[in-house]
Amino acid sequence: MDLVVDKKRAFAYTAAHDFDAGKPSMVFLHGAGLDHSLFGLQSRYFGYHGWNVLALDLPGHGRSAGPPVASVAAMADWVSSALESLHIEKASLVGHSMGALISLECASRFRWVDRIALLGVGYPMKVSEPFLDAARRNDPAAYDMETIWGHAAPVPLGGNPNPGMWMYGDMLARLRRLAPGVLYNDLKACNDYQFAGQVKCPALFILGKRDVMTPAKTAAELQKRIPDAKTVLVPLSGHSMMAEAPDETLDALIAFFA
Amino acid sequence: MAGPKYPGFDTLALHAGQSPDPATGARAVPVYQTTSYVFRDTEHAASLFNMERAGHVYSRISNPTVAVLEERIAALEGGVGAIATASGQAALHLAVSTLMGAGAHIVASGALYGGSHNLLGYTLKRFGIETTFVNGRNPGDWKKAIRENTRLLFGETLGNPGIDVLDIPAISEIAHASKVPLLVDATFTTPFLMKPFELGADLLYHSATKFLGGHGVAIGGVLVDSGRFDWEASGKFDTLTAPYAGFHNMDFEEESGTRAFLLRARREGLRDFGACMAPMTAFQILQGIETLHLRMPRHVENTRKVVAYLSSHSSVEKVLYPELKDHPDHDLCRKLLPNGAGAVFSFDIKGGRKAGKAFIEALRVFSHLANVGDAKSLVIHPATTTHYRMSDADLKKAGIGPGTVRLSIGLEDAQDLIEDLDRALKAAARA
Repeated sequence: MDLVVDKKRAFAYTAAHDFDAGKPSMVFLHGAGLDHSLFGLQSRYFGYHGWNVLALDLPGHGRSAGPPVASVAAMADWVSSALESLHIEKASLVGHSMGALISLECASRFRWVDRIALLGVGYPMKVSEPFLDAARRNDPAAYDMETIWGHAAPVPLGGNPNPGMWMYGDMLARLRRLAPGVLYNDLKACNDYQFAGQVKCPALFILGKRDVMTPAKTAAELQKRIPDAKTVLVPLSGHSMMAEAPDETLDALIAFFA
Repeated sequence: MAGPKYPGFDTLALHAGQSPDPATGARAVPVYQTTSYVFRDTEHAASLFNMERAGHVYSRISNPTVAVLEERIAALEGGVGAIATASGQAALHLAVSTLMGAGAHIVASGALYGGSHNLLGYTLKRFGIETTFVNGRNPGDWKKAIRENTRLLFGETLGNPGIDVLDIPAISEIAHASKVPLLVDATFTTPFLMKPFELGADLLYHSATKFLGGHGVAIGGVLVDSGRFDWEASGKFDTLTAPYAGFHNMDFEEESGTRAFLLRARREGLRDFGACMAPMTAFQILQGIETLHLRMPRHVENTRKVVAYLSSHSSVEKVLYPELKDHPDHDLCRKLLPNGAGAVFSFDIKGGRKAGKAFIEALRVFSHLANVGDAKSLVIHPATTTHYRMSDADLKKAGIGPGTVRLSIGLEDAQDLIEDLDRALKAAARA
């Protein structure tokens, strides 16, 4: 679905369904440098199981026009504007990594947020200086870092649950399509983000036990500040649990949103 | 702080795509000799059919053993993924049928394997897809042949029969300027000698029957996508960017971005045309790939010795191997193939058809058959076999002389190969 947000073209994947005001809405928010299709299996499931699905491409990502938005708070404003443009009054958020920070920010500021699922999240989400620096210089090494650290160590030597696909190659191909500066914008936004609010809606953490980008233990601060949140630790997954452990991730979401 | 590192080629050749079997701990890739897979429940079945969950449904579409081969080749080539097929020809057909239908046009190098030439020049024409064959060495010819309805440029990394080196950087630039992808047949080079995606190709395939397997026991193909071509931005590929009534109105590019081509190829091409790979075949080809990085240097080393021997032999008119200075693509070969120009080449014997026939019949180590890329050395004399109906004049047009012999150099002791050739050349001289 094509949208106009802040007078610019934007895109939301809807699993080939028209918006139905009678259904609950679920918004998927991708991580740094990526796009809606990272949630392919999960967003498609909910789209075919009674939900309005909006898997958004943030500005400057996927099919949405740039430039990218500079901070997590501004990204949250943009998401709110996108929903407002569609007259959606209540929605649940599923955010991965940077998308999880955006979900957190939305939940602390906007009443329209119903429930949030935070995947591959840590706080503070500090990005190492070599990674930031490579991204600042638009050095392809930054794509390598995102790809390798974005998956569990055994991924290159293991099987992809999605038959015939090579996870490293897929992520690299996505990152290579980015305009210069987009990855740096996103990483800096994550690095700079300060969470000052409170989350009162139901929340779920889905964390990868083998995550080296945002190790599961780095979610402890958020888990402390959202004491009623549920946590699912996915044993064999790294940071990219939607691809590395798609069924476990989907099952955790189904159980939470049931 | 050092950046993270990808596993090396040799490690990927042995491991990529497989972890020890979770059920049994088996280290080798198990052969999942099954047609189908039991669903957990009806909801699970529906989700698998509708692509809401990852997994296998029916082995024509995907199979765990075949998936290991697909992922391994994708890793070795640096692609987003791959689809294994019944043969290399099936891989070419799958690529074409995924990208276009009747009314479309292909520009292809004329230096192609005969089977590919037949498919493009005759069979696909019957289905409304036309091909213009061009001089692969002339970028201007490629440019001139492109039409409004052109949807693909196609060539072999090393072409038949003159072992033409395809200038992938130049031809891919021409393709991309016209918003169409470049597909290459990388069979003769394998990912060990050349990485076509790094040079600009968008799609590639292998006849896995050849060097990938190496043992000559299994027929198969593998089609790989780099994920770099932007189908949406091109605007020329409705099969990937418009809703498809044959799969719940799925827009494959919207659904999966970089995976759109492979998704349609699997969900339509394998589903409907059905040219899938059998699990035992995948297992056999995987056994070959585990030693690809050891075999290819030896293939090249033996080839260089044989080429050197033939080049100085008085009964040999000409040797066509790109590493030789008099080959038209010598400079390009140095640039694109620093690890070697493969192990298939041709040469002309003095004395024409009669000498060629006598040469073939005198060989003892080389096997006279219609294949290449085996661990064993192979030979064929086109004028008396694959092209025997053609006159000398027609052979010349095809770049084949009456005394042209094609060799595929194997892994035997190089001295034994040279002695075998020496004996056969003497027989040819007496003919």
